[in-house]
Amino acid sequence: MQPKHDWPGEVYRELVAANVRLVGYVPDAGQKRLIELCQADKTMRAVSLTTEEEGIGLAAGAWLGGLRSVLLMQSSGVGNIINVLGMIKVCRLPLFILVTMRGEKGEFNPWQVPMGEATARVLETMGVAVRQAGEAGTVAAHVRAALRIAFQAQGAEAVLVAQKVIGIKSFQEQANQ
Amino acid sequence: MKATLHRREVVKALLKNRKNLLVVAGLGSTSWDITAAGDSSLSFPSWGAMGQAAMTGLGLALAQPQRRVLVITGDGEMLMGMGALATIGVQQPPNLVVVVIDNERYGETGMQATHTAYGVDLAAVARACKFKEAKEIRTADEVERLCERVHSASGPLFADVKVIDEKLTLVLPPNDGVLLKERFRRALLGPSADVLPEER
Repeated sequence: MQPKHDWPGEVYRELVAANVRLVGYVPDAGQKRLIELCQADKTMRAVSLTTEEEGIGLAAGAWLGGLRSVLLMQSSGVGNIINVLGMIKVCRLPLFILVTMRGEKGEFNPWQVPMGEATARVLETMGVAVRQAGEAGTVAAHVRAALRIAFQAQGAEAVLVAQKVIGIKSFQEQANQ
Repeated sequence: MKATLHRREVVKALLKNRKNLLVVAGLGSTSWDITAAGDSSLSFPSWGAMGQAAMTGLGLALAQPQRRVLVITGDGEMLMGMGALATIGVQQPPNLVVVVIDNERYGETGMQATHTAYGVDLAAVARACKFKEAKEIRTADEVERLCERVHSASGPLFADVKVIDEKLTLVLPPNDGVLLKERFRRALLGPSADVLPEER
């Protein structure tokens, strides 16, 4: 399903413009198209992870080697990276995470709610700046700003894409992605 | 079978003629081991982020395909991030070597037994995760062969080196993360390591 507003395509073009060559991800239905765009790009390497935590090591190693990388995950994955964000902070490593939100208004799985409610606070507590993209039309601008801070100021940045932007309303709809 | 190898000697042998090796060490004893063998700007000793040494090595290996990357970590650290072996197995980086210095103990917290003390076989896990080679190593001769393979093997290569569970003097690398990062990047990347303003 292609979203009405092609924010994944816009985000992909921002990643290309920022010279991002490595993309670590744990899939989310809301990022399906973006992951596919990255996989199809021969100048990018998309690395599937068993847990989001692996993405922090991957990003750290890539930057040590001079390569720009980003991470894609859903909000539940933020809970899996808390301790290792300490390395990002203490080494002042650049970090860009695109988080698609679950557990917000319209969530169909109550087990997604606790981590969804805590996602922004958890990131901020561990020193990651949070930008909330509440509308499809604002995602790319947030991504552009966050990428600039990440790679120009070696900042830790997360863009949270609201669940209503993804617009998946049921398990069936998610399965049909 | 009781281990007979000394960890500091194994690590010293691995780093004796390191050529252009880039080295990542896991939190704890292996960071002290690589420092005892001689601190280097092209070594990145972890002081935290337990479980991420192998993934840091993967990121580095993908960023620097022309260089050899050696991860030296402990059994407890590797167990915490065992999924990384599956991720590395899928990516198949030919320039990545992961060596676990396996004393079957959590050395920094009171020498409690790790899962490897009960027979969990990390080399078998690595083989199952599609590493090109993955061996358990117990003798000095095997260590010598490993030292050659580190520079020549088409990876990903894995070795689980069984060592004596000895408590050794701490030999500490710098613990300033920014310093460790910047000195590594400058030594590897030269002037382009420094982030300069760009218009976009």
